[in-house]
Amino acid sequence: MRAIERWVEAPLQTFLAESAARVTLLMTSSGQVVAQHGFTRSLDVMSAAALGAGILASTAELARIMGARPLDAVVHQGSAVGVYLAGFETPRGRWLGLVVFGQETSLGLVQVFFARLVADLALAAPAAEPPRQVLAEDFEDELNSSLRTLFGR
Amino acid sequence: MTLADGLGDITRIPGVRGALVVSRDDGLVVADALMEGVDGHAVAALAASLAARMRGVTTVLGQPEPVLLLLGGTEGMLLLAPGPSGLLLVAVAGSEVNVAELRLGVLAAAGTTF
Repeated sequence: MRAIERWVEAPLQTFLAESAARVTLLMTSSGQVVAQHGFTRSLDVMSAAALGAGILASTAELARIMGARPLDAVVHQGSAVGVYLAGFETPRGRWLGLVVFGQETSLGLVQVFFARLVADLALAAPAAEPPRQVLAEDFEDELNSSLRTLFGR
Repeated sequence: MTLADGLGDITRIPGVRGALVVSRDDGLVVADALMEGVDGHAVAALAASLAARMRGVTTVLGQPEPVLLLLGGTEGMLLLAPGPSGLLLVAVAGSEVNVAELRLGVLAAAGTTF
């Protein structure tokens, strides 16, 4: 498990241990990855983040067309693995979670422990830092630093 | 008998805090009758997980699947009755419940509901 922000690690580690999820990705609603477990290639995690954010955006728009409240979670259940995708509010803004789970656990367990993860993240989040200017010369360094943190390279 | 009737038969037993019908494969609530403060989603998920693990144990032992599971705690208990249709009947009770009455009630409800 690897996280860009250290305060995410303990709640995520607890979630992974209790839910027995195979793959987990936490990201901002714009698709920026915050933490990941189970991915081995940066290409995979970027694709999954983009697709997950896109799926939730599509369902939010579908709910809007139907005149319903935005949907909290989307589940794709296959014969071997399932995918649980949910948006949630944190003190750092709206985040998305993507969880891939197998037959060693269940959708019910993933849902229950994901709700606990959301509550734990809300408690663990430090006070928001004031926004700082992003300089072009810093951007590549920060991007590379984030990728090293997420993949240990 | 409907699912609601089956659950009602269990929740009428003194000391019972709730009863649920749970999908065994995914641990989701199919129907419930719960007192306030009982987290049905958590009970359903954990009960289905427990039932799956016990099914694994009996399979390894070469025994048939259990018809009733009882998980006792210091402040109460869970009774689980797996059904043949992929469902699980779950009762949540306090420690003051008459276990024999609850056992009969859960088995009877499982027999008529599933």
